[in-house]
Amino acid sequence: MLSESGEPSTVHRESTLATLWRLGPYLRPVRAVIVGAGLSALIAQLAGLSVPLVVQRIIDGPLAERDLSTLPLLVLGVLALGVLEAGLFWVRRRLLAGATTGVEKRMRHDLYAHLQRLSVGFHDRWQSGQLLSRAVTDLSTIRRFVAFSMTFLVVNSLLVLAGLGLLFWLAPPLGAVLAVMSVPLVLLALLYEVRYRAAARAAQDQSGDVATTVEESVLGIRVLKAFGRGPHLARRFSEQARVLRGLELRKVRLLAAIWTAIIVLPELTLAAQLALGGYAIANGTMTVGTLVAAVAIAAYLRWPIDSIGWLLADANTAAAACERYWEVRDARPTVVDPPRPRPLPEPARGHVRFEDVRFAYPGSDSEVLRGLDLEIRPGETVALVGTTGSGKTTLTTLVPRLDDVTGGRLLVDGVDVRDLALADLRRVVATAFEEPLLFSASVRENVALGGIDVSDDEVRAALRVAHAEEFVDALPWGLSTRIGEQGLSLSGGQRQRLALARAVVGRPAVLVLDDPLSALDVHTEAEVEAALRRVLSGVTALVVAHRPSTVALADRVALLSEGRIAAIGEHHELLRDNAEYRHLLSTMDTPEEVMA
Amino acid sequence: MTQVVTTQEPQRKAAPPQEESWRGVALEDQEEVEHAVSAKLQARSRRLLGSLLRPHASAAVLALLIVLAENVAQLAGPLLIAGAIDSGVPAALGGDPAPLAWYVAGYAASGLVSGVLRFAFLRLSGRIGQDVLFDLRQRVFRHAQRLSLSFHEKYTSGRLISRLTSDLESLDDLLEMGLDGVLSALLTVGGVAVLLLWLDLRLALVVLAGFVPLFLLTRWFRRRSQVTYRRTRTTIARVIVQFTETMNGMRAVQAFRRESRNERIMAGLNEAYRDANRHSIRLVAHYTAGVRLVGNVSMAVVLAYGGWLVAHGDLELGVLAAFLLYLRKFYDPLDELSMFLNSYAAAAAALEKISGVLQEEPTVAEPARPTPLPDARGELACSDVEFRYSADGPVVLPRFDLHVPAGQTVALVGATGAGKSTLAKLFARFYDPSSGKVALDGVDLRKLSEADLRRAVVMVTQESFLFEGTVADNIALGRPGASRVEVEAAAAAVGAHEFVSRLPEGYDTDVRKRGGRLSAGQRQLVSFARALLADPAVLVLDEATSSLDIPTERAVQAALETVLADRTALIIAHRLSTVLIADRVLVVDQGRIVEDGPPAELIAGRGRFAALHHAWRDSLV
Repeated sequence: MLSESGEPSTVHRESTLATLWRLGPYLRPVRAVIVGAGLSALIAQLAGLSVPLVVQRIIDGPLAERDLSTLPLLVLGVLALGVLEAGLFWVRRRLLAGATTGVEKRMRHDLYAHLQRLSVGFHDRWQSGQLLSRAVTDLSTIRRFVAFSMTFLVVNSLLVLAGLGLLFWLAPPLGAVLAVMSVPLVLLALLYEVRYRAAARAAQDQSGDVATTVEESVLGIRVLKAFGRGPHLARRFSEQARVLRGLELRKVRLLAAIWTAIIVLPELTLAAQLALGGYAIANGTMTVGTLVAAVAIAAYLRWPIDSIGWLLADANTAAAACERYWEVRDARPTVVDPPRPRPLPEPARGHVRFEDVRFAYPGSDSEVLRGLDLEIRPGETVALVGTTGSGKTTLTTLVPRLDDVTGGRLLVDGVDVRDLALADLRRVVATAFEEPLLFSASVRENVALGGIDVSDDEVRAALRVAHAEEFVDALPWGLSTRIGEQGLSLSGGQRQRLALARAVVGRPAVLVLDDPLSALDVHTEAEVEAALRRVLSGVTALVVAHRPSTVALADRVALLSEGRIAAIGEHHELLRDNAEYRHLLSTMDTPEEVMA
Repeated sequence: MTQVVTTQEPQRKAAPPQEESWRGVALEDQEEVEHAVSAKLQARSRRLLGSLLRPHASAAVLALLIVLAENVAQLAGPLLIAGAIDSGVPAALGGDPAPLAWYVAGYAASGLVSGVLRFAFLRLSGRIGQDVLFDLRQRVFRHAQRLSLSFHEKYTSGRLISRLTSDLESLDDLLEMGLDGVLSALLTVGGVAVLLLWLDLRLALVVLAGFVPLFLLTRWFRRRSQVTYRRTRTTIARVIVQFTETMNGMRAVQAFRRESRNERIMAGLNEAYRDANRHSIRLVAHYTAGVRLVGNVSMAVVLAYGGWLVAHGDLELGVLAAFLLYLRKFYDPLDELSMFLNSYAAAAAALEKISGVLQEEPTVAEPARPTPLPDARGELACSDVEFRYSADGPVVLPRFDLHVPAGQTVALVGATGAGKSTLAKLFARFYDPSSGKVALDGVDLRKLSEADLRRAVVMVTQESFLFEGTVADNIALGRPGASRVEVEAAAAAVGAHEFVSRLPEGYDTDVRKRGGRLSAGQRQLVSFARALLADPAVLVLDEATSSLDIPTERAVQAALETVLADRTALIIAHRLSTVLIADRVLVVDQGRIVEDGPPAELIAGRGRFAALHHAWRDSLV
């Protein structure tokens, strides 16, 4: 089993069949349809296969005897078989259209839902292009496999067996020739299977990397423009695309080799059958009609035999896609609801307590937090101060459990956060991130986010608190204005205020604010500050601060240093007693230096 | 003074004439377009496909020849079988096995030859296909990089990503199965048709009569599939947009319990895509079954008619047998052709979208014949500049003039939304002014080559985007090819060296997705180091230090004073401490420069800056 810490490159090799078998849960609901489609394919093929038989009857019977009385009936038989075949063609595709797109849809839905449950740590490690290529390319590969190759692998194998049986029944020696010649073909196909699957997997992984570069080139367009580095990234992209081309060509070469074998061997078989048949006719042990029929059957079986080669190739591509899909699905969410969640006391008071909290990123030996103790009493505002990279942001992600502590525990109202239902915890704790992530949706939706039953009045109240109501009302459609992806059309300060509004809209008991004023200009900062002061009066808050002005909002200040709280107290006390704190927060010398 | 210049000119340029409204990506979200427009869109996709295939013309001709030879070899098969049955077997019955042996040997040889040719063809066509794809991938990527910011902002990243991933893949499908099948299918159909005509004209005419329904069916399918496949492209793009946005905003999604709402949104988009897909598969079901039906019915008709002829002694039995065998060979490739037509329709819809992006011209374009400026001094000048984001949009920056001598450090101050960032973006030529000109060393920015401009002017934006790779890679983006020593020196200059050295693998530490493991402040330091390494004559800093703590910011400021000594700088910062290192302060209000002067002078006065400064001084303590 892969744990969530499984790196993207972790690969579990299982046989193609075992890998494809995992599609089971998705195929089961539509198994009747799939079986029906398989039967349609089989019967259609049999109908096609029996046409030469009827033709043989016609050639050996009415035509040889120049007797036209039975001809119409036999021709009608051919017509009926033809119509049946075409009708079943239609039935098969028609049946599979709904079923296979349904399977794809469910698999995508489950992948998406699963990804949303995986922790932030997982997402930091996985390139989003790799996830995207799984959600789109791999799933459509799987859909096409289910729609076509899967059915025909079974149907064609059955057909080959049926054809062999028929040949044996018609002319045993000719059947024997075909049976003997099939052996090297199957062996070759199996041999190529392994190599082809490896090639397919490599190509799919590479196309995920290409997707990652595509994503970065688009999302990072401003930086690329600012530095004129578009051509630089384009070179990297070209290199990746070239590698992808090479990997695809490797697949082509393998397929070309196996396909050639698959074409030549049946031709040789047919030649042998012809020689043998001619010899048998000369001996009088076979009729011309039988040979014609046998040759026709052999010709008809060529497609099923031929196809097995690339059907297997397709199955291997699908298996590689499946493997990639399950790699992500098998990553177990590390931050999950407990089996039996404990209820939070109602109403939540918002008492937050860190007890000997430790945290290290997976795969890293050095701890970011090393036995941190901190208590935030209900209604209290604590500012968190520390140098760039001291772990302040990490600490804030622990409260809403975006990540779990690796040691110690974190209590909210006396309950370990890991004993709470995630939904309960995140309803009580709201976070405003340093970089406000806005979604392509209306302002209303961006503020309400998870809360479904949030009224416009509540949204407005939150906007007012964040001092954002005025600019939102100035937007063309007010609350309903769709703000571009990541809120592109808004300025940094506006985005930050929306993120702030989002944090306060649910009236949470605990507010975690990661440097909420960094992108605000001095004017707005003063206004938002005043608003924040109102908000903070009723709730417990942990505020990451870089500025004395933000610190001033807090009742107490905690200094984070070396993974611990090195000092805690009131701003002026710390300023007086703690040298490190003074170094961090004293701005008094800056202007003097400059003005001197 | 120069208010005579009207704003007519850019307006006329920006609003395209009506009949041209299909150009570029304008019609992207529409499935049903007028017939005439649809024809234009198709012609555009075909032109793109043609231009992609042209460099491979000789290889394609070779492939065609191989297929031709292969088909001759294959078509010989049934003839040889007919010969074996009609003359070989009777001869063998008569005691002479030699003819039969020759026919059999000939058949085996034809099989071998066609196998070898098949191998050569697959390799060749595979290479052509992959080359075409490689070419197109690069073209779209490079073109997207050339397109202006205004395009990117309105087109959204997710859609561009879907153009470059899933749309390209549907072309891949076409090339993979299409090139392979279609050439041989066409040749087979053509070759078999000739043979059928040669074998028996009467029967052949019966077969050809089947072409009338085939033609009607195909026309119907083409029209319908166009609409359907357009819909699949649009709907999958929406899925991709939602997917990428969720993955990139996972922190907010989880912290605010947006999962279930997201799931509902995705379910809707996913369902719409599924619907489109299901619809297209159903269309294919109608079409392919129809083609097969026509084939099977004509088979029965040929059998009846041929049987009647044989019974009346007008046709040899062997000829009928051969005819029937060929007839199978005639209809099998038709199945293949119909499948090709299907993947062509799918790829055409994708190509339509891709060619739309390729047709978009950068509004901020590189000049055809740039004025060289290898060593910029860094003198900036705006004359009569006015700016609005679109021709009919409101004026963001009313007409103004501004001169910044080389080497000056200018701070821009003003409330959120006052237009500071817009002004900065004009100097970095993210946008062009609606009228007037922005010049560097007296040269209009529009006349500079991209390379010269970006060497001279570098802008550090609010968002510090990190790319996949190591910390060193990310800093070196400022000057690709910079040595490790130079990278470290740039990092040290902004005070980033200390934290980078503490990372598990120092400068070789993988930053993970978008620098996920670094704090916002650390990311800012990295992008700052990146800008220093670029060593431009003009540095534009748009709130580049907002997330730094005070000691780090102080270090950055100290670094700035030395770094900025010999270059021009435009600084937007909300921290007045940063502003105070400037030689000159511009106070911007509603797009206008309302105060302009050295900081000390402005503070001494009674203007807005003085008020701001006093408020700020009071907040310190």
